Amino acid sequence: MINKIVNTLAEALSGVKDGSTVLIGGFGSVGQPDALIEALIEQGAKGLTCVANNAGTGRVGLARLMELGRVEKIICSFPRSAGSVVFEELYRDGKIELEIVPQGTMAERMRAAGAGIPAFYTATSHGTLLAKGKEEREFDGRHYVMERALKADVALIEAWEGDRWGNLTYNLSGRNFNPVMAMAADLTIAQVQHIVELGAIDPEKVATPGIFVNRLVRVDRGEGWV
Amino acid sequence: MTSFSRTDMAAKAAADIPEGWVVNLGIGMPTLIANEVPLEREVIFQSENGVLGMGPAPEKGKENPWLINAGKQMVTLRPGGSICHHADSFAMIRGGHIDLCVLGGFEVAENGDLANWATSENDNAPAVGGAMDLGAGAKRLWVVMDHMTKDGRPKIVERCGYPLTSLGSVSRVYTSLAVLDVVHGLGFVVRDIVPGMSLEELQSKSGAKLHARS
Repeated sequence: MINKIVNTLAEALSGVKDGSTVLIGGFGSVGQPDALIEALIEQGAKGLTCVANNAGTGRVGLARLMELGRVEKIICSFPRSAGSVVFEELYRDGKIELEIVPQGTMAERMRAAGAGIPAFYTATSHGTLLAKGKEEREFDGRHYVMERALKADVALIEAWEGDRWGNLTYNLSGRNFNPVMAMAADLTIAQVQHIVELGAIDPEKVATPGIFVNRLVRVDRGEGWV
Repeated sequence: MTSFSRTDMAAKAAADIPEGWVVNLGIGMPTLIANEVPLEREVIFQSENGVLGMGPAPEKGKENPWLINAGKQMVTLRPGGSICHHADSFAMIRGGHIDLCVLGGFEVAENGDLANWATSENDNAPAVGGAMDLGAGAKRLWVVMDHMTKDGRPKIVERCGYPLTSLGSVSRVYTSLAVLDVVHGLGFVVRDIVPGMSLEELQSKSGAKLHARS
Protein backbone atom coordinates (compact mmCIF):
# COMPACT_ATOMS: atom_id res chain seq x y z
CA MET A 1 0.00 0.00 0.00
CA ILE A 2 1.32 3.42 -0.90
CA ASN A 3 1.16 5.75 2.08
CA LYS A 4 2.96 9.08 1.96
CA ILE A 5 1.32 10.35 5.14
CA VAL A 6 3.70 10.74 8.08
CA ASN A 7 2.56 11.34 11.63
CA THR A 8 5.06 13.86 12.92
CA LEU A 9 6.80 16.97 11.64
CA ALA A 10 10.16 15.45 12.63
CA GLU A 11 9.47 12.48 10.38
CA ALA A 12 8.40 14.83 7.60
CA LEU A 13 11.74 16.69 7.69
CA SER A 14 14.01 13.71 8.31
CA GLY A 15 17.01 13.37 6.04
CA VAL A 16 17.26 17.02 4.90
CA LYS A 17 21.00 17.52 4.38
CA ASP A 18 23.31 20.45 5.05
CA GLY A 19 23.81 22.52 1.92
CA SER A 20 20.38 21.72 0.48
CA THR A 21 18.44 24.03 -1.76
CA VAL A 22 15.01 24.39 -0.15
CA LEU A 23 11.93 25.82 -1.88
CA ILE A 24 9.43 27.42 0.49
CA GLY A 25 5.89 28.03 -0.75
CA GLY A 26 3.63 30.93 0.09
CA PHE A 27 2.98 34.50 -0.93
CA GLY A 28 3.22 36.59 2.19
CA SER A 29 1.82 34.37 4.93
CA VAL A 30 -0.84 32.79 2.73
CA GLY A 31 0.02 29.25 1.64
CA GLN A 32 3.24 29.42 3.60
CA PRO A 33 4.12 26.10 5.31
CA ASP A 34 4.81 27.61 8.75
CA ALA A 35 4.88 24.30 10.64
CA LEU A 36 7.36 22.76 8.19
CA ILE A 37 9.66 25.80 8.46
CA GLU A 38 9.58 25.48 12.26
CA ALA A 39 10.34 21.77 11.86
CA LEU A 40 13.29 22.60 9.59
CA ILE A 41 14.63 24.90 12.31
CA GLU A 42 14.36 21.97 14.76
CA GLN A 43 15.83 19.51 12.28
CA GLY A 44 19.09 21.41 12.13
CA ALA A 45 20.21 21.42 8.48
CA LYS A 46 22.53 24.35 7.71
CA GLY A 47 24.32 26.01 4.80
CA LEU A 48 20.96 26.19 3.06
CA THR A 49 19.93 28.02 -0.08
CA CYS A 50 16.32 29.06 0.38
CA VAL A 51 13.98 30.01 -2.44
CA ALA A 52 10.89 31.97 -1.44
CA ASN A 53 9.01 34.95 -2.83
CA ASN A 54 9.68 37.03 0.29
CA ALA A 55 12.58 36.99 2.74
CA GLY A 56 10.64 36.43 5.95
CA THR A 57 9.09 38.86 8.41
CA GLY A 58 9.58 39.45 12.14
CA ARG A 59 11.84 36.97 13.86
CA VAL A 60 9.89 33.77 13.23
CA GLY A 61 9.80 31.16 10.47
CA LEU A 62 12.16 31.84 7.58
CA ALA A 63 13.45 34.99 9.33
CA ARG A 64 14.34 32.86 12.40
CA LEU A 65 16.10 30.29 10.20
CA MET A 66 18.17 33.12 8.70
CA GLU A 67 18.84 34.72 12.08
CA LEU A 68 20.24 31.39 13.31
CA GLY A 69 22.81 31.58 10.51
CA ARG A 70 21.49 28.53 8.71
CA VAL A 71 20.81 30.22 5.36
CA GLU A 72 23.80 31.05 3.14
CA LYS A 73 21.82 32.35 0.24
CA ILE A 74 18.29 33.43 -0.49
CA ILE A 75 16.69 33.52 -3.94
CA CYS A 76 13.57 35.67 -4.05
CA SER A 77 11.69 38.38 -5.94
CA PHE A 78 10.69 40.71 -3.12
CA PRO A 79 13.05 40.51 -0.13
CA ARG A 80 12.32 43.95 1.27
CA SER A 81 8.85 44.15 2.76
CA ALA A 82 7.21 45.41 5.94
CA GLY A 83 8.92 43.60 8.79
CA SER A 84 11.79 41.97 6.84
CA VAL A 85 14.16 43.13 9.59
CA VAL A 86 16.36 40.03 9.89
CA PHE A 87 17.03 39.82 6.18
CA GLU A 88 17.87 43.52 5.95
CA GLU A 89 20.34 43.26 8.86
CA LEU A 90 22.07 40.17 7.45
CA TYR A 91 22.20 41.64 3.96
CA ARG A 92 23.64 44.95 5.13
CA ASP A 93 26.30 43.09 7.14
CA GLY A 94 27.16 40.90 4.14
CA LYS A 95 26.12 37.75 6.01
CA ILE A 96 23.68 36.47 3.42
CA GLU A 97 23.89 36.20 -0.35
CA LEU A 98 20.90 37.50 -2.31
CA GLU A 99 19.86 36.45 -5.80
CA ILE A 100 17.00 38.67 -6.86
CA VAL A 101 14.77 37.22 -9.57
CA PRO A 102 11.69 38.69 -11.26
CA GLN A 103 8.68 36.90 -9.81
CA GLY A 104 7.50 35.35 -13.07
CA THR A 105 11.02 34.24 -13.96
CA MET A 106 11.28 32.61 -10.53
CA ALA A 107 8.04 30.68 -11.04
CA GLU A 108 8.99 29.70 -14.60
CA ARG A 109 12.50 28.55 -13.57
CA MET A 110 10.90 26.09 -11.15
CA ARG A 111 8.23 25.01 -13.61
CA ALA A 112 11.01 24.37 -16.15
CA ALA A 113 12.96 22.33 -13.61
CA GLY A 114 9.88 20.23 -12.94
CA ALA A 115 9.29 19.73 -16.66
CA GLY A 116 12.86 18.72 -17.52
CA ILE A 117 13.68 21.95 -19.34
CA PRO A 118 17.22 23.11 -18.46
CA ALA A 119 16.85 26.72 -19.64
CA PHE A 120 14.48 29.01 -21.49
CA TYR A 121 14.32 32.51 -23.01
CA THR A 122 12.14 35.32 -21.68
CA ALA A 123 11.71 39.00 -22.52
CA THR A 124 11.47 39.80 -18.82
CA SER A 125 14.48 41.78 -17.51
CA HIS A 126 15.98 42.38 -20.96
CA GLY A 127 18.10 45.53 -20.86
CA THR A 128 18.04 45.74 -17.06
CA LEU A 129 20.56 45.08 -14.28
CA LEU A 130 19.01 41.65 -13.71
CA ALA A 131 20.00 40.54 -17.21
CA LYS A 132 23.69 41.29 -16.60
CA GLY A 133 25.95 38.39 -17.54
CA LYS A 134 23.13 36.35 -19.03
CA GLU A 135 23.06 35.04 -22.58
CA GLU A 136 20.75 37.05 -24.83
CA ARG A 137 19.15 36.11 -28.11
CA GLU A 138 16.84 37.67 -30.63
CA PHE A 139 13.76 35.84 -31.90
CA ASP A 140 11.49 37.46 -34.52
CA GLY A 141 12.93 40.89 -33.81
CA ARG A 142 12.51 40.82 -30.03
CA HIS A 143 15.23 40.46 -27.40
CA TYR A 144 15.20 37.68 -24.84
CA VAL A 145 17.31 36.66 -21.86
CA MET A 146 18.25 33.06 -21.13
CA GLU A 147 17.28 31.82 -17.68
CA ARG A 148 18.28 28.50 -16.14
CA ALA A 149 15.91 26.04 -14.50
CA LEU A 150 15.84 26.17 -10.71
CA LYS A 151 15.93 22.63 -9.36
CA ALA A 152 15.93 21.94 -5.64
CA ASP A 153 16.62 19.19 -3.14
CA VAL A 154 13.60 19.89 -0.98
CA ALA A 155 10.27 21.72 -1.33
CA LEU A 156 8.19 22.71 1.69
CA ILE A 157 4.64 23.48 0.67
CA GLU A 158 1.23 24.05 2.18
CA ALA A 159 -1.96 22.54 0.78
CA TRP A 160 -5.59 22.25 1.85
CA GLU A 161 -6.57 18.57 1.38
CA GLY A 162 -4.28 15.62 0.79
CA ASP A 163 -4.67 11.85 0.45
CA ARG A 164 -2.20 9.01 1.04
CA TRP A 165 -1.04 9.07 -2.58
CA GLY A 166 -0.08 12.72 -2.15
CA ASN A 167 -2.85 14.25 -4.28
CA LEU A 168 -3.43 17.83 -3.14
CA THR A 169 -5.93 20.66 -3.35
CA TYR A 170 -5.36 24.26 -2.25
CA ASN A 171 -7.49 27.00 -0.74
CA LEU A 172 -7.88 30.07 -3.01
CA SER A 173 -4.73 32.23 -3.18
CA GLY A 174 -3.02 29.75 -0.85
CA ARG A 175 -2.15 27.95 -4.09
CA ASN A 176 0.44 30.51 -5.35
CA PHE A 177 3.94 28.97 -5.72
CA ASN A 178 3.07 25.65 -4.04
CA PRO A 179 2.16 23.50 -7.10
CA VAL A 180 5.17 24.81 -9.04
CA MET A 181 7.57 24.14 -6.18
CA ALA A 182 6.11 20.65 -5.70
CA MET A 183 7.28 19.80 -9.24
CA ALA A 184 10.79 21.18 -8.89
CA ALA A 185 12.26 19.31 -5.92
CA ASP A 186 13.58 15.79 -5.33
CA LEU A 187 11.82 15.66 -1.95
CA THR A 188 8.48 17.48 -1.71
CA ILE A 189 6.94 17.73 1.74
CA ALA A 190 3.42 19.09 2.18
CA GLN A 191 1.63 20.26 5.29
CA VAL A 192 -2.10 19.86 4.77
CA GLN A 193 -5.10 21.10 6.70
CA HIS A 194 -7.16 17.98 5.97
CA ILE A 195 -6.21 14.35 5.33
CA VAL A 196 -8.92 12.70 3.25
CA GLU A 197 -9.60 9.13 2.08
CA LEU A 198 -8.06 8.01 -1.19
CA GLY A 199 -10.67 8.74 -3.86
CA ALA A 200 -12.39 11.46 -1.86
CA ILE A 201 -10.89 14.25 -3.98
CA ASP A 202 -12.67 14.59 -7.34
CA PRO A 203 -9.95 13.78 -9.92
CA GLU A 204 -10.91 16.97 -11.77
CA LYS A 205 -10.17 18.97 -8.61
CA VAL A 206 -6.70 17.57 -7.88
CA ALA A 207 -4.40 20.59 -8.27
CA THR A 208 -1.12 18.78 -7.57
CA PRO A 209 -1.12 15.10 -8.61
CA GLY A 210 0.50 12.82 -6.04
CA ILE A 211 3.44 12.04 -8.36
CA PHE A 212 4.97 15.38 -7.31
CA VAL A 213 4.61 14.78 -3.56
CA ASN A 214 6.76 12.54 -1.34
CA ARG A 215 5.49 13.16 2.18
CA LEU A 216 2.51 14.85 3.75
CA VAL A 217 1.68 15.67 7.33
CA ARG A 218 -1.51 17.05 8.82
CA VAL A 219 -1.15 20.47 10.41
CA ASP A 220 -4.16 22.34 11.70
CA ARG A 221 -3.62 26.00 10.97
CA GLY A 222 -6.06 26.85 13.70
CA GLU A 223 -8.71 29.45 14.18
CA GLY A 224 -9.28 32.01 11.46
CA TRP A 225 -7.88 29.71 8.76
CA VAL A 226 -10.75 27.24 8.41
CA MET B 1 -6.81 73.53 -8.83
CA THR B 2 -3.08 73.05 -8.34
CA SER B 3 -2.86 69.31 -8.83
CA PHE B 4 -4.95 66.18 -9.36
CA SER B 5 -5.62 64.19 -6.18
CA ARG B 6 -4.79 60.49 -6.04
CA THR B 7 -8.50 59.75 -6.49
CA ASP B 8 -8.66 62.10 -9.51
CA MET B 9 -5.70 60.29 -11.08
CA ALA B 10 -7.25 56.89 -10.42
CA ALA B 11 -10.59 58.06 -11.82
CA LYS B 12 -8.93 59.41 -15.00
CA ALA B 13 -7.17 56.09 -15.61
CA ALA B 14 -10.33 54.13 -14.77
CA ALA B 15 -12.37 56.15 -17.28
CA ASP B 16 -9.99 55.02 -20.04
CA ILE B 17 -10.42 51.29 -19.35
CA PRO B 18 -13.11 49.74 -21.58
CA GLU B 19 -15.32 46.80 -20.70
CA GLY B 20 -13.75 43.44 -21.38
CA TRP B 21 -10.13 44.28 -20.66
CA VAL B 22 -8.07 42.12 -18.32
CA VAL B 23 -6.14 44.50 -16.09
CA ASN B 24 -3.32 44.05 -13.58
CA LEU B 25 -2.90 46.88 -11.07
CA GLY B 26 0.43 47.37 -9.29
CA ILE B 27 0.82 47.86 -5.56
CA GLY B 28 0.08 51.33 -4.16
CA MET B 29 -1.61 54.12 -6.13
CA PRO B 30 -2.62 51.91 -9.12
CA THR B 31 -4.74 49.75 -6.77
CA LEU B 32 -7.09 52.75 -6.30
CA ILE B 33 -8.15 52.48 -9.96
CA ALA B 34 -10.30 49.39 -9.25
CA ASN B 35 -12.56 51.46 -6.95
CA GLU B 36 -13.27 53.86 -9.82
CA VAL B 37 -14.49 51.25 -12.33
CA PRO B 38 -18.25 50.66 -11.90
CA LEU B 39 -19.15 46.99 -11.35
CA GLU B 40 -21.54 47.00 -14.31
CA ARG B 41 -18.60 47.73 -16.63
CA GLU B 42 -17.08 44.25 -16.65
CA VAL B 43 -13.33 44.67 -16.33
CA ILE B 44 -11.43 41.58 -15.16
CA PHE B 45 -8.79 42.43 -12.56
CA GLN B 46 -5.85 40.05 -12.27
CA SER B 47 -3.46 39.77 -9.36
CA GLU B 48 -0.09 38.14 -9.98
CA ASN B 49 -0.49 35.72 -7.06
CA GLY B 50 -2.97 33.77 -9.18
CA VAL B 51 -6.27 35.61 -8.72
CA LEU B 52 -8.36 36.44 -11.81
CA GLY B 53 -11.64 38.35 -11.51
CA MET B 54 -11.20 40.29 -8.26
CA GLY B 55 -14.24 42.13 -6.91
CA PRO B 56 -14.66 44.97 -4.42
CA ALA B 57 -12.95 44.96 -1.01
CA PRO B 58 -14.63 42.52 1.42
CA GLU B 59 -17.30 43.73 3.83
CA LYS B 60 -16.24 43.85 7.44
CA GLY B 61 -16.65 40.41 9.00
CA LYS B 62 -16.63 38.69 5.59
CA GLU B 63 -12.87 38.81 4.99
CA ASN B 64 -11.23 35.53 3.92
CA PRO B 65 -7.55 35.29 4.92
CA TRP B 66 -6.96 32.77 2.10
CA LEU B 67 -7.86 35.33 -0.57
CA ILE B 68 -5.35 38.16 -0.96
CA ASN B 69 -3.98 40.34 -3.75
CA ALA B 70 -0.39 41.18 -4.70
CA GLY B 71 -0.32 43.88 -2.01
CA LYS B 72 -1.25 41.19 0.57
CA GLN B 73 -4.64 42.86 1.18
CA MET B 74 -7.72 40.67 1.55
CA VAL B 75 -9.93 40.82 -1.55
CA THR B 76 -13.02 39.16 -3.01
CA LEU B 77 -13.71 37.17 -6.18
CA ARG B 78 -16.52 38.12 -8.54
CA PRO B 79 -18.78 35.40 -9.93
CA GLY B 80 -16.68 34.00 -12.78
CA GLY B 81 -13.44 34.57 -10.90
CA SER B 82 -10.77 31.87 -10.80
CA ILE B 83 -7.56 30.84 -9.11
CA CYS B 84 -4.37 29.50 -10.67
CA HIS B 85 -0.81 28.85 -9.55
CA HIS B 86 2.08 31.28 -9.95
CA ALA B 87 3.50 29.87 -13.18
CA ASP B 88 0.10 30.04 -14.89
CA SER B 89 -0.52 33.50 -13.48
CA PHE B 90 2.77 34.72 -14.94
CA ALA B 91 2.04 32.89 -18.19
CA MET B 92 -0.97 35.23 -18.44
CA ILE B 93 1.37 38.16 -17.85
CA ARG B 94 4.43 37.08 -19.86
CA GLY B 95 2.40 35.47 -22.64
CA GLY B 96 0.71 38.73 -23.61
CA HIS B 97 -2.75 37.86 -22.27
CA ILE B 98 -3.12 40.92 -20.03
CA ASP B 99 -4.63 43.90 -21.88
CA LEU B 100 -3.30 46.50 -19.49
CA CYS B 101 -0.96 46.81 -16.56
CA VAL B 102 -0.81 49.98 -14.46
CA LEU B 103 2.28 50.47 -12.29
CA GLY B 104 3.71 53.17 -10.09
CA GLY B 105 6.95 54.80 -11.20
CA PHE B 106 10.13 56.60 -10.15
CA GLU B 107 10.80 57.84 -13.69
CA VAL B 108 9.27 57.49 -17.15
CA ALA B 109 11.37 58.46 -20.18
CA GLU B 110 10.24 59.82 -23.53
CA ASN B 111 11.26 56.54 -25.19
CA GLY B 112 8.79 54.63 -22.97
CA ASP B 113 11.41 53.27 -20.54
CA LEU B 114 10.26 52.80 -16.95
CA ALA B 115 12.31 52.85 -13.74
CA ASN B 116 10.35 51.79 -10.67
CA TRP B 117 12.19 49.13 -8.68
CA ALA B 118 15.58 50.35 -7.45
CA THR B 119 17.07 53.75 -6.79
CA SER B 120 20.71 52.82 -7.39
CA GLU B 121 22.89 49.90 -8.48
CA ASN B 122 23.93 49.39 -4.87
CA ASP B 123 20.46 49.67 -3.39
CA ASN B 124 20.11 48.03 -0.02
CA ALA B 125 18.08 44.91 -0.72
CA PRO B 126 16.26 45.91 -3.90
CA ALA B 127 12.88 44.27 -4.48
CA VAL B 128 11.58 43.72 -8.00
CA GLY B 129 8.50 41.51 -7.48
CA GLY B 130 6.56 41.13 -10.71
CA ALA B 131 7.31 44.57 -12.17
CA MET B 132 9.74 43.38 -14.87
CA ASP B 133 7.39 40.58 -15.95
CA LEU B 134 4.48 43.02 -16.20
CA GLY B 135 6.57 45.68 -17.94
CA ALA B 136 7.76 43.28 -20.61
CA GLY B 137 4.66 41.12 -20.94
CA ALA B 138 1.45 43.16 -20.71
CA LYS B 139 -0.09 44.39 -24.00
CA ARG B 140 -0.14 47.97 -22.64
CA LEU B 141 1.70 49.59 -19.78
CA TRP B 142 0.44 52.74 -18.09
CA VAL B 143 2.06 54.49 -15.15
CA VAL B 144 0.37 56.46 -12.36
CA MET B 145 2.71 58.70 -10.37
CA ASP B 146 3.36 62.18 -8.99
CA HIS B 147 4.62 64.59 -11.66
CA MET B 148 7.74 65.47 -9.64
CA THR B 149 9.59 64.02 -6.66
CA LYS B 150 8.95 65.40 -3.17
CA ASP B 151 12.14 67.49 -3.49
CA GLY B 152 11.04 68.92 -6.83
CA ARG B 153 12.93 66.85 -9.41
CA PRO B 154 11.08 65.84 -12.59
CA LYS B 155 9.96 62.24 -12.95
CA ILE B 156 9.10 62.80 -16.62
CA VAL B 157 12.57 62.57 -18.19
CA GLU B 158 14.49 62.22 -21.46
CA ARG B 159 16.29 59.11 -20.23
CA CYS B 160 15.86 57.28 -16.93
CA GLY B 161 18.66 57.72 -14.42
CA TYR B 162 17.52 54.95 -12.10
CA PRO B 163 17.92 51.26 -12.98
CA LEU B 164 15.36 50.24 -15.62
CA THR B 165 12.36 48.01 -15.06
CA SER B 166 11.37 47.68 -18.72
CA LEU B 167 12.38 49.21 -22.03
CA GLY B 168 10.11 51.20 -24.33
CA SER B 169 6.86 49.76 -23.02
CA VAL B 170 5.07 52.67 -21.29
CA SER B 171 2.34 54.13 -23.50
CA ARG B 172 0.60 56.52 -21.09
CA VAL B 173 1.34 58.32 -17.82
CA TYR B 174 -1.23 59.73 -15.39
CA THR B 175 0.55 62.24 -13.17
CA SER B 176 -0.59 64.67 -10.49
CA LEU B 177 -0.46 67.45 -13.12
CA ALA B 178 -1.24 65.88 -16.48
CA VAL B 179 -2.06 62.87 -18.61
CA LEU B 180 0.65 62.17 -21.17
CA ASP B 181 0.81 59.74 -24.06
CA VAL B 182 4.19 58.28 -24.93
CA VAL B 183 4.33 58.23 -28.71
CA HIS B 184 6.98 56.07 -30.36
CA GLY B 185 9.52 58.21 -32.22
CA LEU B 186 8.10 61.48 -30.87
CA GLY B 187 7.94 61.43 -27.07
CA PHE B 188 5.44 62.86 -24.59
CA VAL B 189 2.16 64.23 -25.95
CA VAL B 190 -0.13 66.09 -23.54
CA ARG B 191 -3.67 64.62 -23.40
CA ASP B 192 -4.90 66.47 -20.33
CA ILE B 193 -3.56 69.08 -17.95
CA VAL B 194 -4.63 70.22 -14.49
CA PRO B 195 -7.11 73.15 -14.82
CA GLY B 196 -5.40 76.53 -14.64
CA MET B 197 -1.94 75.29 -15.63
CA SER B 198 -0.37 76.35 -18.92
CA LEU B 199 1.64 74.02 -21.14
CA GLU B 200 4.68 76.26 -20.49
CA GLU B 201 4.37 75.82 -16.74
CA LEU B 202 3.89 72.04 -17.11
CA GLN B 203 6.95 71.99 -19.37
CA SER B 204 8.99 73.76 -16.67
CA LYS B 205 8.14 70.92 -14.27
CA SER B 206 9.12 68.21 -16.76
CA GLY B 207 12.55 66.89 -17.72
CA ALA B 208 11.64 66.06 -21.32
CA LYS B 209 10.05 67.93 -24.22
CA LEU B 210 6.23 67.93 -24.07
CA HIS B 211 4.30 68.07 -27.32
CA ALA B 212 0.86 69.65 -27.60
CA ARG B 213 -1.82 67.32 -28.88
CA SER B 214 -2.45 68.05 -32.55
